[in-house]
Amino acid sequence: MKWRVAYTKTGKIRFLGHLDMARVWERALRRTEVPVSMSSGFTPRPKLSFGLALPTGAESLVELLDVVVDDSFEFDAAVRAAVSSALPEGVEVFEARPSVNGISLQEDVVATTWVLALGAPGVLDSVDRLARSSEFVLERERKGERRRDDIRPGIIHLAACRDDEARRLSSLGWQAEGELVTATLTTSGRGIRPTELVEALVPGVEPWVTMTRVIRTHQWINDAGRHVDVLTGEPGVETLATVIA
Amino acid sequence: MTSLWTRIEPLLARVRKPARYIGCEDGAIIPQHDAAKVSWLLAYPDVYEVGLPNQGLQILYEILNERSDAVAERTYAPWVDLEALMRAEGIPLFSLETHRPGSFFDVIAFNLSAELVYTNVLNMLDLAGVPVRAEHRGPADAIVVVGGHAAFNPEPLADFIDAAVLGEGEEVVGEITEAVAAWKSSGRDSRRELHLALARIPGVYVPSLYEVGFEGDRIVSVRPTAPGVPDTVLKRTVSDLGQWTYPKRPLAPLTEVVHDRLSVEVFRGCTRGCRFCQAGMITRPVRERPAEQVRTMITEGLRRTGYNEVSLTSLSTADFSGIESVVTGIVPDPTACGAPTVSLPSLRVDAFTVGLANKVSGGRRSGLTFAPEAGTWRLRTVINKLITEEDLYGAVESAYANGWSRMKLYFLTGLPTETDVDTRGIAELAAGCVAVGRRHTNRASVTVSVGGFVPKAHTPFQWFGQNGVDELRRKIGVLRDDVARAKGVHMKWHDPAASLAEGIASRGDRRVGRVIERVWRSGGTFQEWTEFFVLDRWLDAMRAENLDPDWFTTRHRSEDEILPWDHLSAGLHRDFLWQDWRSALDEHGLPDCRWTPCYDCGVCTGDGLEHIVASAVPPAGGSQGTGQDLSRGGVAPVRVTIGARS
Repeated sequence: MKWRVAYTKTGKIRFLGHLDMARVWERALRRTEVPVSMSSGFTPRPKLSFGLALPTGAESLVELLDVVVDDSFEFDAAVRAAVSSALPEGVEVFEARPSVNGISLQEDVVATTWVLALGAPGVLDSVDRLARSSEFVLERERKGERRRDDIRPGIIHLAACRDDEARRLSSLGWQAEGELVTATLTTSGRGIRPTELVEALVPGVEPWVTMTRVIRTHQWINDAGRHVDVLTGEPGVETLATVIA
Repeated sequence: MTSLWTRIEPLLARVRKPARYIGCEDGAIIPQHDAAKVSWLLAYPDVYEVGLPNQGLQILYEILNERSDAVAERTYAPWVDLEALMRAEGIPLFSLETHRPGSFFDVIAFNLSAELVYTNVLNMLDLAGVPVRAEHRGPADAIVVVGGHAAFNPEPLADFIDAAVLGEGEEVVGEITEAVAAWKSSGRDSRRELHLALARIPGVYVPSLYEVGFEGDRIVSVRPTAPGVPDTVLKRTVSDLGQWTYPKRPLAPLTEVVHDRLSVEVFRGCTRGCRFCQAGMITRPVRERPAEQVRTMITEGLRRTGYNEVSLTSLSTADFSGIESVVTGIVPDPTACGAPTVSLPSLRVDAFTVGLANKVSGGRRSGLTFAPEAGTWRLRTVINKLITEEDLYGAVESAYANGWSRMKLYFLTGLPTETDVDTRGIAELAAGCVAVGRRHTNRASVTVSVGGFVPKAHTPFQWFGQNGVDELRRKIGVLRDDVARAKGVHMKWHDPAASLAEGIASRGDRRVGRVIERVWRSGGTFQEWTEFFVLDRWLDAMRAENLDPDWFTTRHRSEDEILPWDHLSAGLHRDFLWQDWRSALDEHGLPDCRWTPCYDCGVCTGDGLEHIVASAVPPAGGSQGTGQDLSRGGVAPVRVTIGARS
């Protein structure tokens, strides 16, 4: 039986890379004796499949993992608590539900929403300009070639972070300095990374100098043309509004 | 505000592998600091991935944190990218657990597993804001201690350290803690007072309390300068490993490290007597852990860490009396994802060993590694690695028969008495192994890995003048030509340039300290990393200090010469080492004293120790690297056939 498990990754542990995080998960599941199914073959591997890689240094309120376990096994609250305590501080398993549609996470998720803390004066004006422009070209050197790359189509929504969302984050213990910006970025096709958005907003500065903190707050799947929250199935109001606009 | 975390945090997304710096591992201990406790910062002078698996550091970390009068945190050398940012932002070296600055700690203790890390020791002290030279430190500065294998010749670091610990640290760290605690509570007056107290602890060497007299390049005297300071410092040895079941809470790192598995130490010491091997000489006698305890530590360790692989560590794991029962006793746990696998490092060269490897590999055939070390039987008698060709071919035959198709063979070049016949013998042996393999599979291949030999203190080869860089390069060239003609044989080697620096640091005296400081000041950190090693830095520094590299490296020493480490003892009689060196030159082997009568190397008799071995007979199969026929169980010790080609 395949379960879709949701967990957070906040605090110091945000500096652990995606592949390392996968190994930490494997060990935590072994320690808590979760009966994970193994692949067949010469070197059997536990059947875990992680969603979109979270960039090293970025935090998340909603990371996803699909795990296949014995049919008789329930990924219930007690298991979630046990697994959480076997995982590093800042990684909390807060939900697990049987995965119904069988689509892989990588295919399923089409966009994610981020809150970025940007330490650059006047950055909200740039946010405004970029949100209203029809194209935004990043020029970069790749393998000695100059490339023009329009990232605007991948930016689904971009605005100053709403007060209620900022309050929610701060009530979760997320503290960041600078201007808070919300961005929903596409992950399918030419996916846009938060660092690319920051480069566009504040050119010429190392993005991780501008961006003091960044957290993923939602992951969206495509449900018959609508973006709905991967966990709750609720449509993303803001997102849709912007897409229509 | 003692934690530097909020200042470190903004830098981490900008550097490679930032998980190196966050701590948070399973098994990490967040200590409760208290001014009355002695705080230790256990430092490993290389990058996190290399340092974290170090068992010595993990053991002391736990033992210190279990004490009511001590706390311990860890630190590793920040990689060059973070170091640059730290220096730009004025952030000092920090601990991993609470991100306290290095200068906060009472004691900074470095684990030295090799010599090329010395410049990193200086760099880390400097980053911590601790004066690099011991003479410049005041009462408020940290006490700098070193331990580990390279600390058996700490003379090149004499200017920078307060003390060196010889041998095993389990007991002595407590004694040092008590001395430092007493010094702290008496108002932390002059460092000299503490130095005197430290020097009275067996196994602790305080270089500043010894005067070394030189005539030209030659040492003419080494004398303690204060009463109560011993003429000779003898290493510490834990008599019964079974009483030290550490680490009890092994550290399971979050990010991938070099030995990413559980380690359980099955015994300490080795009496095979390989003459080039410093570890084998300085860790005697052999002390086995009871097999039952090994099993418990494996089960507990796997459960605690979630690892599914365990490495049974020692200097020659197939020699462990309980090896078969332990290996067969590791049962797959059906509730965990995947059965645990066992890895056996440091394997002997024989068919028995392959049988073991076969048992533990669980169908995986990633490759087998053997270390014949020298290409001819003659040279193997010189280095006392008494592996016959039959042993090797037997092992290889068994490996191919069991489905392995790739073999790796380790060799040293630049060994005493080595001629081109011996060097080219490496290619012949490898080709012989491929020939054996081709009877089983057309894919049979052998990779020969060649290292340049650097003689080490407290070994019979401490008197040997090592090969120069050009000579090593020439030999590697000769071998490479032969290997190029041998089908199925591949070769790996490092440029031997670093062997010169390693030689200077390994057998150097106090004057080498200034060279190390110059190399460090010119930017030479991470010297174990090929991409950062520049030989000219060392040559320039030697020249600037008026020191001749050949004096330290390629020159043969005579029996009457006072060696820089002669006042430090690993328990081995100097006479024994000299005799063994002469035997080497005469191509005489020396049997393993676990199973043959004592030849009085000095370790057991001098310190009231003995071998703790569960089995009085050698393990089965082959010559067991003794060159003897042990097929009848080895009930009666067999006289070694000295120098004869078997």
